Amino acid sequence: MRDRVRAIVGSMNLLPVPVDSLSDQDSLFDAGMTSFGSVQLMMAIEEEFDIEFPNSLLTRKTFATLDGLNSAVEQLVSQKA
Amino acid sequence: MNVPAKAVQSPEAFLNALFDESILIKTGVDGLYGRAGVFEEVIDRFENAVTKIAVGDQATRIHFPPGMPRKNLEKAGYLKSFPQLAGCVHSFMGDNADHMKLVGMIERGEDWTEMQDATEVALTPAACYPLYPTVAAAGPVPDDGRLFDLKSYCFRHEPSQDPGRMQLFRMREFVRIGTADDVTSFRATWLERGEQLIKSLGLPCVIDLANDPFFGRPGRMLASNQREQGLKFELLIPVASDENPTACLSFNYHQNHFGSLWGMNFANGEAAHSACVGFGLERTALALFRHHGTKVDAWPDDVRRVLWG
Repeated sequence: MRDRVRAIVGSMNLLPVPVDSLSDQDSLFDAGMTSFGSVQLMMAIEEEFDIEFPNSLLTRKTFATLDGLNSAVEQLVSQKA
Repeated sequence: MNVPAKAVQSPEAFLNALFDESILIKTGVDGLYGRAGVFEEVIDRFENAVTKIAVGDQATRIHFPPGMPRKNLEKAGYLKSFPQLAGCVHSFMGDNADHMKLVGMIERGEDWTEMQDATEVALTPAACYPLYPTVAAAGPVPDDGRLFDLKSYCFRHEPSQDPGRMQLFRMREFVRIGTADDVTSFRATWLERGEQLIKSLGLPCVIDLANDPFFGRPGRMLASNQREQGLKFELLIPVASDENPTACLSFNYHQNHFGSLWGMNFANGEAAHSACVGFGLERTALALFRHHGTKVDAWPDDVRRVLWG
């Protein structure tokens, strides 16, 4: 699952640097992701995993790092199962 | 009689009181009103008070029309964030046969708007939108930045019977373009100036963190981003409701969003930052009528001194 999230970020041209140069803890916003980029990422992840982020997770914090995103996706996928 | 009094039962009741007193004039469309001479005089006087505060800043004054190039609205990302508010101008571009069809549709009471096509013009949603591409086109931003004084009629499609939510309204704006320090210090200065001015007009107000009305679920993300980064503050005054006060002034820090987008760069190629303070002129006038009544001659002396000198 972590690899899929990383692959989505890498495939979306959201960052001026390769996603592999970032650790799971690095800030995607500091790496150059825009606010609207985070929205595009949210929609791509929802489609990939067939999940819907609840309002409580639609925050800058959720999308700030790959770690944060992975936790949210894991939580939503397990709730769906 | 000096009405409406301070107690406002509902936004609709306040709107009807303004109609009854001929302060605003009905047109048949919510949010689209005529303004009485006294309403315009209050706006003029308020603007003069704003100008007086800013006179030493030596801002460059520009007056854009209320329409802007549609392609610039698209590039600015307005339709990504606020598709529900945008307005584009459409016009008939057909031939003689199309004209006959159009007239026939109108005569039969049919929807004729399909006979129009989009023009190159979009209605300006905020006074500063036309500014950034023109600054970028003028060459590198000087090291000490730029300061502009703007005013425009603005359009937002949000029909409502809250008089504080008009579809066509005027916005006076000061826009600072420069380094992050320059523009955030400009915003801090105007947060103080704005609050002092509104308090000097005898209006209750509070400044609060805010977010723009971004559209849909993605909008929740954008709003959360904006709030978490403290990019927008509003000065709120109870106008048509005590529970939901109206944003009459807003103080926005855009980071280097517009600088990067439009290539509004310093000579070293770095994108400039920008910030703006916007005065909702109709909203502030409505706040004055709400709190001091419809007879401006009866307004408190200290308020009249600020506005009439």
